[in-house]
Amino acid sequence: MLNLDINGRRVSARRGTMLLAAIREAGFDVPTLCHHEVLEPYGACRLCLVEVRRPGRKAGRIVTSCSYPVEAGLLVETDTPAVRETRREVLDLLLARAPNASRVRELAAECGLYRSSYPPDQNRDNCILCNLCVRICAKLGFNAISAAGRGPKREIQPPLGEPPADCVGCGSCARICPTDNISLVERAGKRRIWERDFEMVRCKQCGKAYITREYLASRLGQSGLPESHFETCDECSRAALAKTMFAHLVPSEKGDAA
Amino acid sequence: MEAIRSQSELESYRKKVTAKRDPKRRIVSVCTGTGCKAYKCDSLAASLQQEVEKAGLEKKVEIVATGCHGFCERGALMVIYPDEIFYQKVRPELAADIVQKTLSKGEIIDELLYVDPVSGEKIVKETDIPFYKHQQQELLHMGRLIDPRKIDDYIAHGGYRALAKVLFELKPEEVIDQITRSGLRGRGGGGFPAGVKWRTCREAEGDKHYLICNADEGDPGAYMDRSLLEGNPHSVIEGMLIGAFAIGSDQGYVYVRNEYPLAVSNLRTALDQARVLGLLGEKILGTEFSFDIKIVRGGGAFVCGESTALMASLEGYVGEPRSKYVHTVEHGLYNKPTNLNNVETWANVPLIIERGVDWFTAIGTGDVSKNPWGGSKGTKIFSLVGKVRNTGLVEVPMGTSLRQIVFDIGGGVPEGRVFKAVQTGGPSGGCLPASMLDQPVDFDVLTKAGSMMGSGGMIVMDDRTCMVDIARYFTKFLVDESCGKCVPCREGNRRMLEILERVCRGEAALADLDQLERLAQAMTRGSLCALGTTAPNPVLSTLKYFRDEYHAHIEERRCPAATCRALITYTINEKCNGCTLCARACPQKAISGEKKQLHLIDQKKCDRCGVCYQTCKFDAIDVA
Repeated sequence: MLNLDINGRRVSARRGTMLLAAIREAGFDVPTLCHHEVLEPYGACRLCLVEVRRPGRKAGRIVTSCSYPVEAGLLVETDTPAVRETRREVLDLLLARAPNASRVRELAAECGLYRSSYPPDQNRDNCILCNLCVRICAKLGFNAISAAGRGPKREIQPPLGEPPADCVGCGSCARICPTDNISLVERAGKRRIWERDFEMVRCKQCGKAYITREYLASRLGQSGLPESHFETCDECSRAALAKTMFAHLVPSEKGDAA
Repeated sequence: MEAIRSQSELESYRKKVTAKRDPKRRIVSVCTGTGCKAYKCDSLAASLQQEVEKAGLEKKVEIVATGCHGFCERGALMVIYPDEIFYQKVRPELAADIVQKTLSKGEIIDELLYVDPVSGEKIVKETDIPFYKHQQQELLHMGRLIDPRKIDDYIAHGGYRALAKVLFELKPEEVIDQITRSGLRGRGGGGFPAGVKWRTCREAEGDKHYLICNADEGDPGAYMDRSLLEGNPHSVIEGMLIGAFAIGSDQGYVYVRNEYPLAVSNLRTALDQARVLGLLGEKILGTEFSFDIKIVRGGGAFVCGESTALMASLEGYVGEPRSKYVHTVEHGLYNKPTNLNNVETWANVPLIIERGVDWFTAIGTGDVSKNPWGGSKGTKIFSLVGKVRNTGLVEVPMGTSLRQIVFDIGGGVPEGRVFKAVQTGGPSGGCLPASMLDQPVDFDVLTKAGSMMGSGGMIVMDDRTCMVDIARYFTKFLVDESCGKCVPCREGNRRMLEILERVCRGEAALADLDQLERLAQAMTRGSLCALGTTAPNPVLSTLKYFRDEYHAHIEERRCPAATCRALITYTINEKCNGCTLCARACPQKAISGEKKQLHLIDQKKCDRCGVCYQTCKFDAIDVA
């Protein structure tokens, strides 16, 4: 454990943790769009900027707190004029890129920005290129999508823009997307994502179509658990588990009758 | 050939090589760099060799196919030593003439001499030519004397002596100490003291340490590193070997652009020859020290010159920088301690070891005896291009003024135009005005002036260059080359470009300049890597030094340099004698008029391409 100073408050943190975690732990808020606890820091949205200064140094510098490891004695400020101005400019740019993304609008409104200073992009979707979808897909081991193209031409897509062969339709990308930009449609026992259709497997208990065939196969392979483990949906599995675990607390039917 | 196994064996090998050569022979150095290749220098060298043999002079004359001589606009180049007779614009057909007249009889061929554009005088000796006279070539010099494809040439000129000195006489710490005291700072742009970097890397924990030579020279028009690799690859290899010994590394990489085929080929030959002689690979010079170098070719993305992006690319991933505040000297390539320096930095190392720290610190600015950031030492190679009479590669001591480089060496601005600005440091450098010409060129002065050293690009601009248009041009380059990972660089650059395009069209308001400045500051503060943080430099420096031009575009809808098409008109004045040249050249067919009559431009048809202006021989086209 080491001690540092966040907004004038003495805070201790475990060596190796990032500033962002320490700041949030201390009860301060720093906005993020490309950060997720289970993923490695990425540092693309540039919203989690803070000002840090090493003890004995006059000049501070602006860093992304998501990827800056805590240091002993470090002086951290999360709300200086430079931080506010830079964050506001970044949100101004994002607001022009994705004017309809509600998460971007919320964060912009928090800085008093309701309309971008730049002409908003026409005919563009809500993608802000945070890469969370790509990173979660890679983390799960599928690598079905990636960022393609450079600079303003960058976009998230499956290889060659075709329905992705390596996608199992797990839907993690759609769930993690901060701007709800990835379309996932379920109808009549089928799921459609990245323009690919997946057959769903129904829960033996409640009959709900709950997992794609491909994702089921992958989970079976990865976990080594018996097939029976995946016959019911998460809700039903949980309910069943609760029943067995707490069975001794529930009065038995026989006892009731007696 | 057998491997060399000790310092004394290296010296006897050197003696053997030099003994074969007649010290009185004349050396004809033929530039076979990439620039001169366009002028068939290869067949020039071959024809010279044939003619020399025909004349029976092969014992007295040696034809050496060398790397780049630097004065590229005068290619193909050749120099005859020891007389230093300098021939320019040489064609292969003239080989026989040169051998019969100059090499046999000692006659100078007048037509091949260089004519000083300022004085109009013909100059015979290479060192009397202003372009060379005002330079101090330490790194480039040997490249003119050796064939880069022959390791014996390098060894004959003292090559690998510094390596032997390091391996047999110094401890790794002593090597690092010498490099630190020399004040050598990274030539790739950052200007970080090499010795400090080496020490941190040596001390970083890890079972393996890597070395990288950054040869991903991405600045448009800059080719210092290419020329060094092409012309003297062994100097870079020797530098890396010394670094590897000091840092404790056994594996190095040269990350070089695939667009540099000659550099790759010469480097590969050099590596192979060094391995055969036991100067690279296992148990170098018979010691326990082992080190090898692999060549990795990059796809030519500008951003891959950034060290973390380069390492990602080297590992096989997309070349994108990473957001980590842990330095690559601790966690770099494959997460191991990695020491990256660029080509020119590595090439300096053998010179410092061989000639000593004092020799190096005597060149340049400031005092580095207490603080390695205290000055800029040694020489620096610049690629001098743009609106300047002599373009080419220029090596000068750090601290040389911009005026000396642009006017004494470069010969000033051609065609009677006036100097307006010089841009240093590549596309994300700044444009410095005439009032800054007397500033000494060193890392800190350039940064303070709002530009940077970068890797050494230098673009001269004259009064016909619109500074808003220049800012627009470089911003366009950076829009295309931004990797697109972080928001400020990806979105910021293209918004900056939109505003600059509006200014160039005369559609901007003064408030747009405030917006530009706000955005520039956010990009500088908030971008992930140096590409983004320095991208606003062209805009900020032109706003600082040439703000009046922005105002003219916005308030008067006028382009003072008459460059921005939307704001200019071409008209024909009474000097027109009706030669019809412009009318025939106009791609829009916008010019009408009878022969020998005053012509007229139809403004509705004219798209202001400027072809008429360039074609007219009578100064009869006005542009405003």
